[in-house]
Amino acid sequence: MATQPTPTPPRATPSDVAAKRPVEVTGAQSLILSLEALDVDTVFGLPGGAILPAYDPLMDSVKVRHILVRHEQGAGHAAEGYAVETGKVGVCMATSGPGATNLVTPLADAWMDSVPVVAITGQVSSAAIGTDAFQEADIRGITFPITKHNFLVTKADEIPRAMAEAFHIASSGRPGPVLVDITKDALQAHTTFSWPPKIDLPGYRPVTKPHGKQIREAAKLIAKAERPILYVGGGVIRARASEQLRRLVDLTQIPLVTTLMARGAVPDSHPLHLGMPGMHGSVAAVTGLQQSDLIIALGARFDDRVTGQLSTFAPGAKVIHADIDPAEIGKNRAADVPIVGDCAAVIEDLIAQITADHEAGRVGDYREWRELTARWAREYPVGYTPPEDPHALSPQYVIERLGAIAGPDATYAAGVGQHQMWAAQFVRYERPNSWLNSGGLGTMGYAVPAAMGAKAADLDRVVWAIDGDGCFQMTNQELATCVINNIPIKVAIINNSSLGMVRQWQSLFYNERYSNTDLHTSVGSRVPDFVKLAEAYGCVGLRCEHAEDVDAVIQKAMEINDVPVVIDFVVERDAMVWPMVPAGVSNDAIQIARGMSPKWDREDDPATEQDLDADLSGIHHGMEQSALYPEGYEPKESDR
Amino acid sequence: MSKHTLAVLVENKPGVLARIASLFARRGFNIDSLAVGPTEHPEISRMTVVVDVEDLPLEQVTKQLNKLIEVIKVVELDPASSVQRQVMLIKVKADAAHRPHIIQTVELFRAAVIDVGPDTLTIQATGNGGKLKALLDVLEPYGIKELVQSGHIGIGRGARSMTDRALRTA
Repeated sequence: MATQPTPTPPRATPSDVAAKRPVEVTGAQSLILSLEALDVDTVFGLPGGAILPAYDPLMDSVKVRHILVRHEQGAGHAAEGYAVETGKVGVCMATSGPGATNLVTPLADAWMDSVPVVAITGQVSSAAIGTDAFQEADIRGITFPITKHNFLVTKADEIPRAMAEAFHIASSGRPGPVLVDITKDALQAHTTFSWPPKIDLPGYRPVTKPHGKQIREAAKLIAKAERPILYVGGGVIRARASEQLRRLVDLTQIPLVTTLMARGAVPDSHPLHLGMPGMHGSVAAVTGLQQSDLIIALGARFDDRVTGQLSTFAPGAKVIHADIDPAEIGKNRAADVPIVGDCAAVIEDLIAQITADHEAGRVGDYREWRELTARWAREYPVGYTPPEDPHALSPQYVIERLGAIAGPDATYAAGVGQHQMWAAQFVRYERPNSWLNSGGLGTMGYAVPAAMGAKAADLDRVVWAIDGDGCFQMTNQELATCVINNIPIKVAIINNSSLGMVRQWQSLFYNERYSNTDLHTSVGSRVPDFVKLAEAYGCVGLRCEHAEDVDAVIQKAMEINDVPVVIDFVVERDAMVWPMVPAGVSNDAIQIARGMSPKWDREDDPATEQDLDADLSGIHHGMEQSALYPEGYEPKESDR
Repeated sequence: MSKHTLAVLVENKPGVLARIASLFARRGFNIDSLAVGPTEHPEISRMTVVVDVEDLPLEQVTKQLNKLIEVIKVVELDPASSVQRQVMLIKVKADAAHRPHIIQTVELFRAAVIDVGPDTLTIQATGNGGKLKALLDVLEPYGIKELVQSGHIGIGRGARSMTDRALRTA
C-alpha cells in the first residue's frame, strides 16, 4: 500500500481567494485552483513532460485527489465510471502526444454514451506547436469528431475560463466529453487567479424546457393510442429522471422497454417492464415495439442495434420522440411529435398534462395490449440452455447468480461482447446507474477501469466488473491502480477462452470457421493464468469451474473488502446470446434460439400476421441442447 | 440532390473553420462551396456554405451545425428573398485578333478586365452561378488558361440584419 502524501498545512481555498483579491499564481496553480473551485475531488491521470507543471501544485491540493493510473485509457474510462456513479463530471488528465492519444478511445466512448467527462491534456509549448515537436499531437484536431467541445489554451490567463466553460458544457444539455489542451508555457507563465470567471458561450443555449404545445399533442396521441409503448433510453438515466418516469408509468399503465443504456431506469421487477429491446432483446420488448401503434421514445435515439432494419421497424407506430438533443429527433425515424427538452422536465410536464386529460375524461384504454405484452413476456422469458456437459459451467448461470447474490444495491460494469449482453439480460436491475457499460462505441476493456472509477467515487458500494477474457486483457493493468489506491473492486471474468461474440457470429454466419478468436485462456492452456495474474497484482485470485461452486466463490468474493478480487469463471465456450435479431434484418425475424422463432399461435395475436411458425419450447430453461439445432437448418449470411 | 445556401454565424476563434469542415466530412455532407470572413462585429465571423443535399439531410446538417458550441446561428438563405454573389477570375487567351471580341463580351456581362498580358486578359466577373456559367461558356472557345472562383456569399433582402438578431438572442 502506498502511503498518503504528508498532509499539507491549510491553504487558501478558491472561495477564500474569491472573497479577497485575485492572487498571483502560475498557470498550473490556476488550473488546480480551478479544479478545486469546480468541486473536483478526484482526477484520474498519468503525468508526462508537457503536463508536468500541473502535477507540482496538484501534489499540494488537499481537495483534489489524483489517482495515478497505469494507462491513460484507464484514466478516461475511470472518469466515465466516476461520472455515472456520481452524476458529476469525471476528470482525467494526461500529457501531450501519446498520453493524449491514449485518451481518444474513452473520449469517443463518452461521446457515444453522453457521459460528462473533462479531459485535461498538456500540449507542447505554443512556440513549438506545428513543428512536429517531441510528443506533439494535434489532440484538439484529433478529438473534434468525438468531443462535445474542445479547447486549446495557450495563455495562462485563459485557464480558469476554459475550465469553467468545459465543465458547464460537459454537464449541461446533452452531457458529453470536453477536452482542454493546455500548452506547457501557459502552465508555466504567471497570471492572476480569480473565481468565478465569466462564461461566454453565445452559441450554446441548450433547450431543457419542453414546448407546451408539443406536450399537449403528445398527451393527445397517448390518450388515443391502443398499443402504446414507452421506449426508454439512456437519456432518462443521464437526466436522473427515473422517479418521474416511474410515476408516468404508474399513471398511464403503458408497457415499457429499457434499452441497453437505460437498464435500471425502471426496476426490472416492475410488472409493465418488458425487458431490453434490440438485437439481443427479449421477445416481448422487440415484439412490443414492432406491434405498437405509438412509440413514446424518451432519451433514446433509434440506434441500429435497437431498430434492426430501419424500414421495417415498428411499421404501424406513430412516434413521440423526446430528447434534449434536437439532432437526434428525426435522424433515424421521423417523429410525429418531436419534443426537445430534458427528460425529467418532459416527463414531469407529460404527467401534468395526462393527469389533466384524465380528469377531463380522456383516458387511454390499453388493457388488451397490456395483457398481450404481458403474455409475450410470460411465454418468452429470456432464458438459456444448460450446457450438454453437465459438469461444464454455463456463463449465463454465473451471471444470474452473481446478480442474485450481489443484489440490486451493487453496481455492475461490463465490457463488450457476450458477457455484456448476458449481464444486461440476467442481472436484475432495480435502480438507475447500477449498470455501467459501453453501449454506443462498444469499447472492449471498459469494465475494469470503469468499475474502478465508480468504486473510487463511492467506496461503500459493492462494484462488480463483469468482464470477458478478451476485454480483461485490454485494461487489467488498472488492477495495480486499484490495489495501490485501496479501490477494492470485484472482477468476474466470464472466461470462455475466446472472443466470444465474434466466435458466435463465426458459428452462425461463417460456417464455424473460428478465425482468430481463440484466446487460449482456459481451453488447452491458460495464457495468462488469471488467478496468478490477479495474485501478481496483489489481488485475491479465485477460480470457479463447476456450477455447484458458483455461489460459494461469489460469497467468498463478497466477504473480501480490503483488496480487489478477481474470479476466473471458466465457462463453456459454445454458449450463445439469445434471443437474436441478425444484423440488417427486420426485428420481426427475432430468433429465440438458433433457427427458432417465436410461435404466434393465437388468432387474436397481432404477431400472427407474420409468417413465423417455429416451436417456442427452446426458450425455456432446461431445454435439451440438441433441439436447438434443427436438422437441415442453414443460417443465412448476415450483411455484416 | 438540391443546392441549399446556409448562412452560418460563428465565433471568430481559431479552429472554427476546421471544426465545421470536419463536421461536414464525417457526417457525409458534400460542401459545394464555402466562404468565410469577418462581419461588422469583430467577435463574429460569417460563413456561407452551399450544400448539395435533400431536404431531410439538410435538417440534419443544420441541427448538427447548431450543436457546435462556436456556431451562433444557422439560417438557410431562400433564393427568392436573398441575394447571392460569387466572384470569378478568368485568365483567357487573347491575341490581337480576338482581343476586341473578348472585351466586348466582358462589357456585355458587366465584368471587368483587371490585368492585361501580351497574349492574355484577366477578367473579373461577379454574379450568381447562372451568369458566371454563361460567361465561361462564351469565353471557353478562346482558351481559358486559368480559372479561380470564390465561394458563394449571400445576404437576406430588406432591412433586417441576421447578425443583429443573433446577437440579441445570444
